[in-house]
Amino acid sequence: MTPVMGEYIRPEAVAWAAFILVTALTFVGALIAVLPRNIIYNVFGLATCILGVAGLFIFLGSEFLAMMEILIYIGAISIAIVFAIMLSQPMHVQIPPAWRPKLYLSFAVSAVVFVAFSIIVLRTPWEVALERGQDWTVRRLGELFLTRYELLFELISLALLVAIIGAIITAAALGGGRKSEGGS
Amino acid sequence: MAWLSNIPATVWEGLRAFLGPLALTMIVGLLLTLGWVQVNALFLVWLERKVAGHIQLRIGPKEVGPFGLLQTLVDGVKLLGKELITPAPVSWPLFVLSPILVFAPVLVSFVVIPFGPGTQIRDLNVGLMLIFAFGGLGVLAILMGGWASNNKYALLGAIRSVAQNVAYEIPLLLSAMSVVIMAGSLSFQAIVQAQEGLWYVFCQPVAALLYLVGATAETNRAPFDIPEAESELVAGFHTEYSGMRFALFFLAEYTNMFIVASVATALFFGGWRGPFWPGPWWFLLKVYLLIFVVIWVRWTFPRLRFDQLMNFAWKYMIPIAVLNLMVTAVVLKIVR
Repeated sequence: MTPVMGEYIRPEAVAWAAFILVTALTFVGALIAVLPRNIIYNVFGLATCILGVAGLFIFLGSEFLAMMEILIYIGAISIAIVFAIMLSQPMHVQIPPAWRPKLYLSFAVSAVVFVAFSIIVLRTPWEVALERGQDWTVRRLGELFLTRYELLFELISLALLVAIIGAIITAAALGGGRKSEGGS
Repeated sequence: MAWLSNIPATVWEGLRAFLGPLALTMIVGLLLTLGWVQVNALFLVWLERKVAGHIQLRIGPKEVGPFGLLQTLVDGVKLLGKELITPAPVSWPLFVLSPILVFAPVLVSFVVIPFGPGTQIRDLNVGLMLIFAFGGLGVLAILMGGWASNNKYALLGAIRSVAQNVAYEIPLLLSAMSVVIMAGSLSFQAIVQAQEGLWYVFCQPVAALLYLVGATAETNRAPFDIPEAESELVAGFHTEYSGMRFALFFLAEYTNMFIVASVATALFFGGWRGPFWPGPWWFLLKVYLLIFVVIWVRWTFPRLRFDQLMNFAWKYMIPIAVLNLMVTAVVLKIVR
């Protein structure tokens, strides 16, 4: 009987190693996204975290979502954030020390979100899917977007709309300030 | 002596039995990719210098090896021997990581490139998306290097590179999408299968042209090479890099050319289809012909100014790409 690799390294062990790797990537990325005071490091931490999440999607057999995660959140959003940073105040300006109440408030909000998500995760009766989606044709994806995931699809466009309106308001406020400076 | 010639086959069978077909494909694919990346870059640099030479009525490299073929190999050895200089004011974790992160996504893209029917490391259902997604990763890595260098030319080059890549990725994706809705799949095997009889370059000439222009911009090549415009920015985002770190950027750039040309071949030029020869030969022939065209363009046209470049992307290419996608969708709806 010839030896087979599966006898020495069990596939489950490889799967566990992959899972631990992507989870570690997600957590380390999240920590880098929050802890350093240098904002550029934060962005790259965020990108690392997103890469980890994409890895989790691949682990769960959802390649399309993983690719979309990388394409949209790293390829577009992270780069947009970097541009926003470059347009904001210069880096050599002294960063003010963390404002305590803000810190506590953000901690409280995060804790509430964490608890809420934990409750949802614990209460949901998780079932093992009978089969993994194998049908990735463009027709099927389009149908799913306009039927089962329509609400999510629309919500994302709503979020984008809010972001655009927020950007316009911020820009308008800045522009108005500049005008009054010039006038005075 | 017959048993001697049987050794490779025996080893192969043994490895196949031990690893299983999937793991074997992965390992062999990785090794071939790593080798291919080097050989491809060596060949392309030589080709670029030769073509440039002949376009400018020179000969190009001719001393080392026949037709100067070994010139780039010697240059590569020189780069390997050079000191890795890390300037004092750089942000070192990012500075060191950047060349690696520019190079790694390029390697990943090889997973889905369809060299022939079945000659592919893995036929992913989202193959096309994978290449575009990891292309975006490289852009962020370039920005990382440019910022970490703590040098204004490097930062300017990186910002230009990102602005250009963000702008040109849109027409690139849109033109690829018009092919995708014709083929009805994101998998490269399916897209090439769908081009039986008629290459998509004939059904989608506008998309093919947009793709080629966008791809030239994505790979930062002239006339879109302002991120590394020598006369303005020293060398752009990799100004502060030396030795093998610089070589990694260089390797990534030339490998990127290969990948972009491969995607163009698979999307518009029928992939591995062609008479007489087996598929992979046709595929490589088409890819290198396309790369030759890209090199030809580089040494023929002058560099664009930055505002011209951005205007061209946002005011002409993106509207045309959207229009092309809409027309394709409507025509497909009527025909089918």
